[in-house]
Amino acid sequence: MSSRPNGSSPDSGTSGSKGRIKIVHIYPREMSIYGDLGNTRCLASRLRWHGYEPLVHQHHPGNDFPADAHLVLGGGGQDSGQARVQDDLALNAEVLRTLAEDGTPMLMICGMYQLFGNTFITLDGERLPGIGVLDVTTQGNAKRMIGPVVLETDFGDVVGYENHSGSTELGRAQRPFGTVRSGMGNNGTDRTEGAVTGNVFGSYLHGPVLPANPSLADALIKKAVERALGEPFVPGEIDDGIADQARLRQVRRLVG
Amino acid sequence: MAVAAGKAARVASRLRGGGSALPGLVVERLDPRFLTHALAGLPRGVVVITGTNGKTTTTKMLVAILREHGLTVFSNPTGSNFTRGVISSMVAEISLSGRLEADIAVLELDEAHALKFAAEVKPTHALLLNVARDQLDRFAEIDHTAKLLAELAEQTTIAVVLNLNDSFVSRIAGRVRDGVGITYFGVDPSIAGRLPELQEADVRFEDDFMPPTPSANDGLLKPHDERSFEVRFGPTDRVGPMVLKQRGLAAMINATAATSTARVLLGNEFRETAAVAALERVEPPFGRGEVIDADGQPLELVLVKNPAGFTVALSTYGSTPVTTMVAINDNYADGRDVSWLYDVSFESLRGKGAALTSGVRAYDMALRLQYDDVAVTQIEPDLDVALARFLAEHKDEPKRIFCTYTAMMALRRNLAGRYGLANFGEEAQP
Repeated sequence: MSSRPNGSSPDSGTSGSKGRIKIVHIYPREMSIYGDLGNTRCLASRLRWHGYEPLVHQHHPGNDFPADAHLVLGGGGQDSGQARVQDDLALNAEVLRTLAEDGTPMLMICGMYQLFGNTFITLDGERLPGIGVLDVTTQGNAKRMIGPVVLETDFGDVVGYENHSGSTELGRAQRPFGTVRSGMGNNGTDRTEGAVTGNVFGSYLHGPVLPANPSLADALIKKAVERALGEPFVPGEIDDGIADQARLRQVRRLVG
Repeated sequence: MAVAAGKAARVASRLRGGGSALPGLVVERLDPRFLTHALAGLPRGVVVITGTNGKTTTTKMLVAILREHGLTVFSNPTGSNFTRGVISSMVAEISLSGRLEADIAVLELDEAHALKFAAEVKPTHALLLNVARDQLDRFAEIDHTAKLLAELAEQTTIAVVLNLNDSFVSRIAGRVRDGVGITYFGVDPSIAGRLPELQEADVRFEDDFMPPTPSANDGLLKPHDERSFEVRFGPTDRVGPMVLKQRGLAAMINATAATSTARVLLGNEFRETAAVAALERVEPPFGRGEVIDADGQPLELVLVKNPAGFTVALSTYGSTPVTTMVAINDNYADGRDVSWLYDVSFESLRGKGAALTSGVRAYDMALRLQYDDVAVTQIEPDLDVALARFLAEHKDEPKRIFCTYTAMMALRRNLAGRYGLANFGEEAQP
């Protein structure tokens, strides 16, 4: 069994690269305590395996936001982490909204999903403004929603792990990312999970979500390549046998 | 009455061959004030050891030092570190009047359960080790874990011992009651550069964090080489040099914490030679670098449960790569969320690869290794099948298994049967 699903060498480098894709991970220190940096690692590796050259940029509060991003990722953090990024996010809200409207693929997990919504209302009733890319509103909750999740999505079954106290309601026209087959999802009642607007995906799923769900990862890559290079995505040959087994076994355990 | 019922439950659960918490559950139901009665009035008090990593090792070390000084110590050695586990341990050693025949109690408690315990019995002393990401599905947030430790410190009546270098822990100094003593343990400034091996820098935001200035009562770890080290107190006092049976910087810092605490507890009775003798004899606790003789070759079992712990384990053992198996379960005691595997770097396994991944999440582990370019030879979720293959196919090589808690329990049970090892919870006492 090869460690490298397509057998290429780790340093195949830029020669013969189909093009350079810039991935921006926002607030990796404050908002990625549940392994969500694994999503960025996954996309960078898969881009390489597909023959493209990934360029990973980490955006920290106070730095200039790279407006030439082709893919933007964010993760979950603690309440104190959200407080630390709030100001920087407000400062860059316009740039992010423009990128989103322009079709830049984005994946926002948990805390950053909430901040990409309209408002987060804390347990004490305080209203924290989001940047409004997704039409969702989150209400702080005494009860935490914790556990493994299986979703039905446009990309087939998606597995992950949720761990959130916020209960999220979708706006009337807001499309969810998936339908809950097992787990709680946005709020534990309407069976929706996450939200999708254009190419912006919000979800509560850690895991991290991309490695075990490669079709979602490749959908993000396809959009990034098309936008960055103005030409169709030409996938390489990747053996996703292990990822598929990991996912199928979770689906079988949780929904039979 | 409660004690007799608990003793009966203990016999019954031994006969069934499991469940170290069952007798505790029985007594707790019958007499919820049991803990207070039994621990009240121990002449030298009740010491609670808590924090994310190193509880079991440090507890063993402190108990060994105190016993070497002639004290009768009650502890909870079965690794059952919840309140019920404490009661279960006591039932075996208690008189029917409900009194515990001991000078002092030294208890290892999980962060959340330490507070539940303190609601029943105020600890006289608390040793607070560190705060790291651990089973966030249970404690939810690191800030929350740090808060639990601070609340425990507030309830401690005589003295706290704090980690100098962990800002989450050292800042608790401002939270203790008036008159409660504060002692620190930490690393000598000469090895401050190695701190990232011991704690996660990425969740600590105090860029301007200045650790308190250590006094002559605070123990500082000064390694001489990979194995030998001493603990320094002020400019002249030294404990060591010594060499532990357990390898690695994490074990040395645990010994530093235990030594610093023993000095607080023993005062003028503390003897350096006794401390060194005791520490050098301590066997690695169950699953923390425990070495089993497997058909003439060493087999190491290494418990991993969070990113900091797994990273420390990989850096400790990375200098001597051997044939490796990784077993990951996702039961409650393991942490149900396996996301944390993506916060560990596995590059040190790249050279030799992993012979096997196993456990309920065997495929997720193999997938994780794939992303670090670590070759995986076989994936076998069934632990018994995987272990049999691992032993048979690598008979003449030294071997190592990194495993989560319940995977370790299952593997240890299997290995105990194969090689006639002591059962869990019945480790030979020093």
